[in-house]
Amino acid sequence: MVNPFPFSAIVGQDDMRLAFMIAATDPSVGGVLAFGDRGTGKSTAVRALAALLPKIKVVSGCPYNCAPDKQAKLCGACNGGGKQKTEMRSAPVVDLPLGATEDRVVGALNLERALAAGEKHFEPGLLARANRGFLYIDEVNLLEDHLVDLLLDVAASGVNLVEREGLSLSHPARFVLIGSGNPEEGELRPQMLDRFGLALEVRTPQDVPTRMEVIRRRDAYDRDPEAFHKQWAGAEKKLRTKITHARERVADVEVPDSVLERATRLCLTLGSDGLRGELTLIRAARAYAALEDVKVVGDAELKRIAPMVLSHRLRRNPLDDSGSSTRVARAVEEVFAK
Amino acid sequence: MSVSDAVSTPWRRASLAAAVFAVDPLGSGLLVRAGAGPARDELMTRVAGALAPMRLSRAPADIADDRLIGGLDVAATLRAGKPIAETGVLAASHGGVIAMAMAERISVGVAARLSQALDSGEVALQRDGLSAILPARVGVIALDEGQEDEATPAALAERLGFWIDLEHVGWRDIEPPALTPEDFEAARKLLPSVESDDKVIEILVATAFQFGVDSPRGVLFALRAARALAALRGETKVERDDIELAATLVLGPRATRMPAPPEDQESEEPPPPPPEEETPPDEPPEQKGEDNTPRELEEQILEAVRAALPPGLLAALAAGAPRNRRSSAKDGKSGEEIYSLQRGRPLDARPGSLSKGRLALVATLRAAAPWRKLRLKPEEQNSRRVIVKPEDFRIRRHRQKKGATTIFVVDASGSLAMTRLAEVKGAIEMLLADCYARRDNIALVAFRGRAGEIVLPPTRSTARAKRALTGLPGGGGTPVAAGLDVAAAVADQARRKGQTPLIVLMTDGRANICRDGGSGRPRAMEDAIDAAKRIAAAQFSVLCIDTTQGGGSGPDAPVRQLAGAMLGRYVKLPRADAAVINAVVRGALPQ
Repeated sequence: MVNPFPFSAIVGQDDMRLAFMIAATDPSVGGVLAFGDRGTGKSTAVRALAALLPKIKVVSGCPYNCAPDKQAKLCGACNGGGKQKTEMRSAPVVDLPLGATEDRVVGALNLERALAAGEKHFEPGLLARANRGFLYIDEVNLLEDHLVDLLLDVAASGVNLVEREGLSLSHPARFVLIGSGNPEEGELRPQMLDRFGLALEVRTPQDVPTRMEVIRRRDAYDRDPEAFHKQWAGAEKKLRTKITHARERVADVEVPDSVLERATRLCLTLGSDGLRGELTLIRAARAYAALEDVKVVGDAELKRIAPMVLSHRLRRNPLDDSGSSTRVARAVEEVFAK
Repeated sequence: MSVSDAVSTPWRRASLAAAVFAVDPLGSGLLVRAGAGPARDELMTRVAGALAPMRLSRAPADIADDRLIGGLDVAATLRAGKPIAETGVLAASHGGVIAMAMAERISVGVAARLSQALDSGEVALQRDGLSAILPARVGVIALDEGQEDEATPAALAERLGFWIDLEHVGWRDIEPPALTPEDFEAARKLLPSVESDDKVIEILVATAFQFGVDSPRGVLFALRAARALAALRGETKVERDDIELAATLVLGPRATRMPAPPEDQESEEPPPPPPEEETPPDEPPEQKGEDNTPRELEEQILEAVRAALPPGLLAALAAGAPRNRRSSAKDGKSGEEIYSLQRGRPLDARPGSLSKGRLALVATLRAAAPWRKLRLKPEEQNSRRVIVKPEDFRIRRHRQKKGATTIFVVDASGSLAMTRLAEVKGAIEMLLADCYARRDNIALVAFRGRAGEIVLPPTRSTARAKRALTGLPGGGGTPVAAGLDVAAAVADQARRKGQTPLIVLMTDGRANICRDGGSGRPRAMEDAIDAAKRIAAAQFSVLCIDTTQGGGSGPDAPVRQLAGAMLGRYVKLPRADAAVINAVVRGALPQ
């Protein structure tokens, strides 16, 4: 894909854009799930994201994008010792298409070499390519079960274990999972839902001027992608710098105890299980602060990101009809009133 | 031909839509709703002619991934001694149009793959050890022969520019073509230079908004249509008529609501029936053109779209029926197919003997490949043969787990209806919360007044269940027989799809409405027992929940009698709450 629609040209959908920017700033926030109406630019945003990611430094020729400075995470191939040459690569944004077969996801025997030379040689799959980048699944709720199982395991451990066709090896596979879909076509398994750090509901804008702008830009892009790109190059560059700066700053953003306490209270009020909710709240708030160039996380940051962190972690309450975002909003009011 | 004439009959709308599509087909499509017949054949012949020299190929609705996306061509691979890819239909149709027969049978999975190609113009091949991104700029024609609820999956329909309805068009309605293949070639050539100003977007967005067309794709398709119409006229500027026709062809069929009438009109009357009647003859449309304020123009276009709405759609909108419901109903249905039994959940191919299953060819070759050189005799080293030994055999395995479809048949009559429905609703959502892992579906049939109604067709989607369950009306008579008949039909359908149905009847059993709609307790009960016996004959599993307040649960209790006639289980739960219902139903589900 030569020129995807520029990220900065996406109209509205502030939450979705923010969620992606947060994930780009601090991958440890976990993945992003964008669920909602058709035609709201979910896939467009993901594909556009690739252009904004800062390049990564990798060991030359490594199929797993190993970072040269992190000894612990080197794959079998790079671990051979000696000095390693490095190169800069674009951060991978890898598509996991529906209909992919398991051998391409996990990696498998290289058929060509096996057929021609009778050699056993491992051909890395999509998980290898996505290491240190993003793995995108459009229509994630339609992904076949055996692939979901596999992803759940790898996403949790960060390691891809290959035991097939007489091959036995493992390689690092840490990636930010990005999923999109329409809930009416099928539910997402709860375990899978849980792997996403941030989740948001994407809705069609309901006012005419915004809709007009959506059409105007999309049409301009469709008619002449290159010209459109040129027009947005400045905005894209600004956004790229913003993310790069935020990455540099994020480690230094302070989180005072009072904010930590509020985060905990928020999770308790909503009854979200485990510590993952609190951790993600803090990380996302920190990334958001870094993006906004705020040095100390305050209530404003926490409030802004709370819905996207918590709405998919609520326990299902069949008798409460209000949507999950309303419930989060209610809890936020309650906690911040004190 | 004036603008309103051009779209005054279903055939004219259809043939104009097809013509506009043929000018700019890639990344768009036609949704043709019609049974096979002369009108459809004629339309398809014309489309093929108009598209030439672009190719029009055909694909079946249940196309498998290796044909749609592509995969390893095993024969060629063996011959060549290196992996050879087989191109799938999407990549092979690059620059052309694919016609999908029986589009109502397309599964959400296939729809999603087509949609991704329509959106991106590419197909990602990640299969059988092959990895490639192939160009696949295609157009799609969905030939939808669906009856009633069956329809093309919404995700795909949304990406097809024109929705055509030929349901009631016979060969008598067909008119000779107005355009020649050369016209189309010329229009396609002219298209890139067609200009449209911002006002066009403004009007189309406003019109879409008024008719409740939410997705921006609708407007984008209308905009493309307006340009294509201008190109067909041989002009390079979009005019008012182009906008009007484009809105009529693209936005009209997508309408989900009627626009609010302008304040200054006191029109309380129902929206005017479609066009033939009266288009103001005194005012030729050409003169309305340029001098109008955008607001007036918008009104006129709204009126034009409204006038050309297909009658069926008009009636549905007038009745306030949420149309999305229909389109999502079939989503759920096809959603099941993805996980349906014919395929089951595909498991990794495993070593095994051929007596135990079908050969997984690629996996078998993979297993044999590494040993190829070793197995060849020294004098054969140059041969391309692959020697496959029994230990290489890999067989396909599918997990054939039968899902259950729980069909709630709920008495929505009388004063207790509301509480009962609320509890059932809770129970349904609890069951759904749990059913993902079990592959179970839930349906709800409610009976009240004179009839039984499928409130929620079998689904696993909580989102859909929630929507269907809000605002369920209650009260009126108790047509038990009608409710059971509907339930039996739903159960029968579920069984045909390989699911195991469980009918859960919740009532106090005091039937007072007969099958023919007449009232009278004894006869109504007779009908109910008769319906119950039919269910027994079909051997559906049944659970009867008696919600009678007080009173006995002995052999005379009406619900007990019904349960007996259905050979089902009987439980008395006068004050059933969601959790209890959930527990009871779960106990009754086939394991």
